[in-house]
Order: sequence, then C-alpha cells, then structure tokens
Amino acid sequence: MASPLLLAAAGQVGGDFFKERESGTLPCQADESHLFCFDWAKENIDRYGTPTQQHLEIVLLSVVIGFAIAFALALFAHRSRWAQPPLLAATGVLYTIPSIAFFFLLLPVTGFGRDTAVIVLAAYTLQIIYRNTILGLANVPDSVKDAARGMGLTNRQILWKVELPLAIPEIIAGLRVAVVSTIAIATLVVFINAGGLGTQMYGSGNLTFPTSIIIAAAIVMAMALAFDLVLLTAQRLATPWRRVRPA
Amino acid sequence: MSTFPLASFGGAIEFIFTPQESNVTGGNKVGGFDKSLELVLKHLEVTALALAIAVIVALPLGLYLGHKGRGELFAVGFGNAGRAIPELAVIALVAVLIGVGLKTVAPALAILGIAPILVNTYVGVRQVDPAAVEAARGMGMSELAIIRKVELPLAVPTVMGGIRSAAIVILATATIAPLAGVESLGDFILNRNVYGENGLLAGAILVALLAMTIEGSLALLQRRLTSDGLKVKTA
Repeated sequence: MASPLLLAAAGQVGGDFFKERESGTLPCQADESHLFCFDWAKENIDRYGTPTQQHLEIVLLSVVIGFAIAFALALFAHRSRWAQPPLLAATGVLYTIPSIAFFFLLLPVTGFGRDTAVIVLAAYTLQIIYRNTILGLANVPDSVKDAARGMGLTNRQILWKVELPLAIPEIIAGLRVAVVSTIAIATLVVFINAGGLGTQMYGSGNLTFPTSIIIAAAIVMAMALAFDLVLLTAQRLATPWRRVRPA
Repeated sequence: MSTFPLASFGGAIEFIFTPQESNVTGGNKVGGFDKSLELVLKHLEVTALALAIAVIVALPLGLYLGHKGRGELFAVGFGNAGRAIPELAVIALVAVLIGVGLKTVAPALAILGIAPILVNTYVGVRQVDPAAVEAARGMGMSELAIIRKVELPLAVPTVMGGIRSAAIVILATATIAPLAGVESLGDFILNRNVYGENGLLAGAILVALLAMTIEGSLALLQRRLTSDGLKVKTA
C-alpha cells in the first residue's frame, strides 16, 4: 500500500527531471547508470554559468589578496633577513591545515559564505608565492646588483628595476601553482555554502550524478589550464631577455 | 543557516574528550574520546593505504624515468595537471560510478598523491650530479645499483618533499571520504544531523592537528633519511 506514496515522494524529489523523461523530452537519463549523458548536458549546460562565475570570483579574489600579502611579506623579509624563517614556518602551518578543516575552523569567527572561503584560499596561496618570491630575489647574482649600485641606483631602484624583474620567472612560477591549486580546491567551498562549481558535484547533502560531476570537473580543469597558459604567456612577455638563448 | 557562536570552540574541545548529549539527535550521547580516537585511526588507515599505493606506483616510475632521462613532458605535465584535479570530483565520481568503501576510495585518493611524488622523484633524480653517476658506473655498479645507491639517496630531500605533499593532500581529502562510505574524521564534520555543531568543529580541529602531526613526523623522517653528506652541503 505504500508504493503509491513512495512514487509520489519520488516524483517530488525528482521534480521536473523525471516528468520530462517520462514525456520523452529526455532521451537518456542522467543518473548513476550512465557515465555521461550528452543529451542531458546539451539541455542543461546553462545551469553551469552562475557556478562558474562564482568559482571565478572566489579564485580571483583569493589569489589577488593572497598575492598582495605574500608579496609584501617577501619584500619585507628580503630586507629583514631575520624574518625569513618565522614567516616560512607560519605560512607553512597555514598550508598544512587541510582546507575543509580550515573552512570549519573559521566558522565560529566568519560564518558560512564567501568571506570564509576567500580567507582560507588566500591563506593557502601565501606559502608558495612567498617562498618563490624570496627564492627569485635570492637568485639574483651579486655582480648584477653591484653593477647597478655602481651605476648610482638607490636600494629602492635596485629592488624595483633590477631584482624584481630578474625574479619574475620564479614569482610567476609560484603564482601558477597557487592559481591552479586554488581553482581545484575552490570546489570544496560548497561545504560552507559559498557556491562555485562544487555545487554541481555535491548539492543539498548529496552527491550529484556522473554527468554533472564530469561537466563541473571539466570546467574546473579547463579554467586551471587557461589560467596557467595566460600566466605562462605573461611571464614570456615580461622577460624578453630570457628568450635570447646564449649561443 | 545557523551562525556559530564563538564559544563553541570550548564545546568542541569538550566533545573530543567526553560524550555529549547532541542538540540534534535528542538525548543520544555522541562524540567522546573513544569515538574520536576510533575516527582518527580510521582516518590514518585510509590515508596510509592510499599513500602506500601512491608511493608504490609513482616512486619506481619516477626513478626509472629520471634515471633514463626520458619522459620529462609526461612526468612534469602529469604533475602539473594533477594539481588541477578537483578532489571532490574524484571522490564523487568513484562513489557514484564504481562504488563505495575502502577498496575504491583508497586507490582514488592515491591518484591525488601520485602526481607530487612522480614529479619530485623525477626532478630529484635529474638533479643528481652526472659526475657522481659516472663515477659509480666507472666503479662497475649496475644500473639498478646506481639508482638504489647513488641517485635515490642523493634525491631523498626532493623525493620526501613530494611524499609530504602527497600525504597532506590525501589526508585532507580523506576528510570527505565519508561521502563514499569510508569512515574518517570527516564523519564529525559531514554528519551534522548526528554530531551537531560541536562535532563539526571538533572534526575540523582533529583533522588540522592530525595534518600537522603527520607533516612534522615526515619532516623528521626526511631528516633521518637524508645522508649526512647532503646536510653539510645545504647548511
């Protein structure tokens, strides 16, 4: 006797999706038995617009904030050598805390939503950007700095006109790693209701179906690849002297 | 959505040590030291299993490719692409397509650890001074002996760096393993209907502490494994 009731309940849960399938508008079903349902993908591709935009916003905000902080820290530590080990240790600890745990640790302070997501993701980028910037500045040969000083450049001019340009490859290498991993980790912000592409993999307490997970993952990885290529191109444009190979 | 009061950090610490009446399940006692310890061990079990698989796959492959000096595009490209894999998608796909349980989740988590170990092993071996390898060859060492006695010891710091990254990403992702039917500390976090808000925060605290403990232990292990000759050079 319970079956009509169950059917009714299933109809409510499935919503429009099941109705459309019964009426034949959906030729294949996007559930667990299908690896990928192209028909469903074609019909529903619109639903990924907003999550993609949210994802992009969270990533950009996090990386810009993370870069600003890490870069400032690196410049400070470059001048004040004593600060290097403690800063490396501090950013290392932030990097070690698993992101999901980090999100929930901040809940009592900043609550659910995008603020918490951005704080955590920005904190994650600090270590790699800070370390690479310090490394890049340290790799500048002393002879180059001596030459600059001999030409009458001040310390500040040496930093901005000689050391930083020569450190660009390392800085951008760090930025690339930071951006790519942030794009991947940002799927997890779904757990603190901050939106993003994770919502299309896990929503309202359940995993979604394979087609949706695959589409969302593909968008995430395409986004990572695109950013990686943009940064690589930026690095090549910013360091024209590296393109001339010594004979 | 409920906002959490700042005071619940105290509640979370209490939750870890003594079972509490859940504000959600109505009277049932949840949490406590025994349950916390059980989940910590389960978390470690799935992490160790996945890390072992990742090492078994990636370490020999990285050593071989690095020794032959081949497959740079593969090793480094795989490593870079590996960073872009969304952890949630790996767990979700495995759960809905292949099935739930330790047997499917551990290999899935291992995928996330393979990339850092492979890249670091490859790079570590490539960075070994060719003169050292030539000297070993001149002494009559076999290729296998060169890998085992010269290249691997000299690459230990880089290789261990990769293993540490892998351990952290696997341990972090094991937090969402309950989505695929494997118990871990993530249970405290994801089962809010059972463990409530204190459990959620307790789970986060335990995962964070566990990650730092593992990272610290692996750092110590790295120091033990690194030959004294290398330490002098880096100091």
